[in-house]
Amino acid sequence: MSIRLFLPQDTTACALGANEVASALLAAAAERDMDIELVRNGSRGMFWLEPMLEVEEDHQRHAFGPLTTDDVDLLLRCLLDDLSVHPRYLGPTEAIPYLQQQQRLTFARAGIGDPLCLDTYTRLGGFKGLQRALQMDGQQIVDEVKSSGLRGRGGAAFPAGIKWQTVLDAQSAKGQKYIVCNADEGDSGTFADRLLMEADPYQLIEGMLIAGLAVGATRGFIYLRSEYPRAFKILQQAIERAEQAGYLGADICGSGKTFELEVRLGAGAYICGEETSLLDSLEGKRGMVRAKPPLPAIEGLFGQPTVVNNVLTLAAVTTVMAEGADYYQNYGMGRSRGTLSVQLAGNIQRGGLIELAFGATLRQVVEEFGGGTFSGRPVRAIQVGGPLGAYLPQQHWDTPLDYEAFAAIKAMLGHGGIVVFDDTVDMADQARFAMEFCAVESCGKCTPCRIGSVRGVEVIDKVRANVERDNNLILLRDLCDTMEAGSLCAMGGMTPYPVRSALDYFADDFQR
Amino acid sequence: MALSATQTATIASLIEAEAHRQGPLLPILHAVQQALGYIPADAVPTIAKALNLSRAEVHGVISFYHEFRTEPGGQTTVQVCRAEACQARGSRALEAHAKQALGLEYGETSADGSVTLEAVYCLGNCACGPSLRIADEVYARVDAGRFDQLLSRITGRGDAV
Repeated sequence: MSIRLFLPQDTTACALGANEVASALLAAAAERDMDIELVRNGSRGMFWLEPMLEVEEDHQRHAFGPLTTDDVDLLLRCLLDDLSVHPRYLGPTEAIPYLQQQQRLTFARAGIGDPLCLDTYTRLGGFKGLQRALQMDGQQIVDEVKSSGLRGRGGAAFPAGIKWQTVLDAQSAKGQKYIVCNADEGDSGTFADRLLMEADPYQLIEGMLIAGLAVGATRGFIYLRSEYPRAFKILQQAIERAEQAGYLGADICGSGKTFELEVRLGAGAYICGEETSLLDSLEGKRGMVRAKPPLPAIEGLFGQPTVVNNVLTLAAVTTVMAEGADYYQNYGMGRSRGTLSVQLAGNIQRGGLIELAFGATLRQVVEEFGGGTFSGRPVRAIQVGGPLGAYLPQQHWDTPLDYEAFAAIKAMLGHGGIVVFDDTVDMADQARFAMEFCAVESCGKCTPCRIGSVRGVEVIDKVRANVERDNNLILLRDLCDTMEAGSLCAMGGMTPYPVRSALDYFADDFQR
Repeated sequence: MALSATQTATIASLIEAEAHRQGPLLPILHAVQQALGYIPADAVPTIAKALNLSRAEVHGVISFYHEFRTEPGGQTTVQVCRAEACQARGSRALEAHAKQALGLEYGETSADGSVTLEAVYCLGNCACGPSLRIADEVYARVDAGRFDQLLSRITGRGDAV
């Protein structure tokens, strides 16, 4: 009987050498005439252990990692004898504390099997939510999502059920509504969407199907950033297989309902993660931000009622529908219900994906899961929520991961990205970069963002060169106020967050 | 530079293959760039006519997106991630090294046409930076030594370009 091994095909695993380990493994096994079956799964999200190999033995998975090609020979010998003697042996995968201490709902299946295997997906509970949705009418599905308390995971945290209700109630002049998945995961420090699409793509497809049934939309688009070529290939194949199996197309599971899905690539514009800019881009235009109203839910893609949701929001819907709103609602705190997929990144010992009920503190995540910095130096600043999120000093690390708690300290949870910096960071550099990034990525439609960001870089340069420093610091704050109050979208409106937090909490760095 | 007959035929067939889509402009531009390595200026009128757009509209779209190029790039594109998570792991030093080793600024192509250096803002490998992308492969924890090693693979030489 052949031995089943699992080695991820995930971007980060491959960036750390998974393909080289896979080739070495297959070659060494062939040389020894060993019968092995190598499954290229998704990642479990414990990136510091990648490439992480798993072995299935007596229905239990055992992990080894991080592996290099040098570990392969001994590994094959251990497979025939005693697994635990290998220096890279990590024990049963499910017992690794990093994984065991999570509350995985959305990422429960991630890393278990071949991401494209439909049998694996259904065996692990996939399409259960869809089957239930097929028995319900649109309003019932929307009510279920509403009572789950699910809020948009892309950053704005708008209640998903209310958005869906608006689209359900909207009349389309052309009789066409759309579901658009925002997979333009451009925030630095975030990779949960990518991980999910590479590890469990059918979950996203199922979520979009449910959304289509709920609001009466028959067409869907996944707008994927072009920086994710691996996710693109996996999604394309997953869509094709789902079509062949009757989950997508003219007659979903024999229900007579239609849903067609297409994945589209962006072209390297951060702003296209903003939903209205994304819609313009999908229509084949420059990705310019639209003024709201009209809301995309009423006049969205090609002017028709459109649900625009993040990957993780649509994925979470499958749990809500499969297990019921109450089940989902039981996780979390306050108005933040369910789980948050924290992405631990930057200068961190144990970086990766940590799915937890809302309410854990930043410190718990960074210290207990992350194990401190990669460099071994003290943590100085933590940026939460991507390039538009505030840099938080130690005094705020006990803030619970909750949308309202973060808003109260003028920060934001956003998409759950946490980027850790050690004490070598120059916060004036980081403030300057925030403005520079805004200047590079602004769509250019509104003046405070387009010009304010350029002026922001110049003013910070003057502060650092000690040219009328005090006056220029006042000017910088003034500029931040103008950008926040006068910009059309979050790009110009929130670039002041990282800048002000650097000024407020790390003032010394501007006085050198 | 006028288009060759092959290029013209390629562009026409790509337009035909993609034009049935809703909002076909980006898919067409991606297809043209993938086939030819760039989007030649002379392709713009053809694309505009096929989609009933003005040339200015097509040009406007091409110039908006960082990824579309209007001139041929090098045989290999090397992208250095400049975003915050990689900064926290030393990407500023990596970018300085990359520029120096290649003798290029962002957006420039080496004289022998082998390498184009580009900045990128996030490759989704934020837990294991600094990150580098060469063609469609991402590399993790790239320091100066690793950069030189990867570079020698694409230039086929032991030393830098």
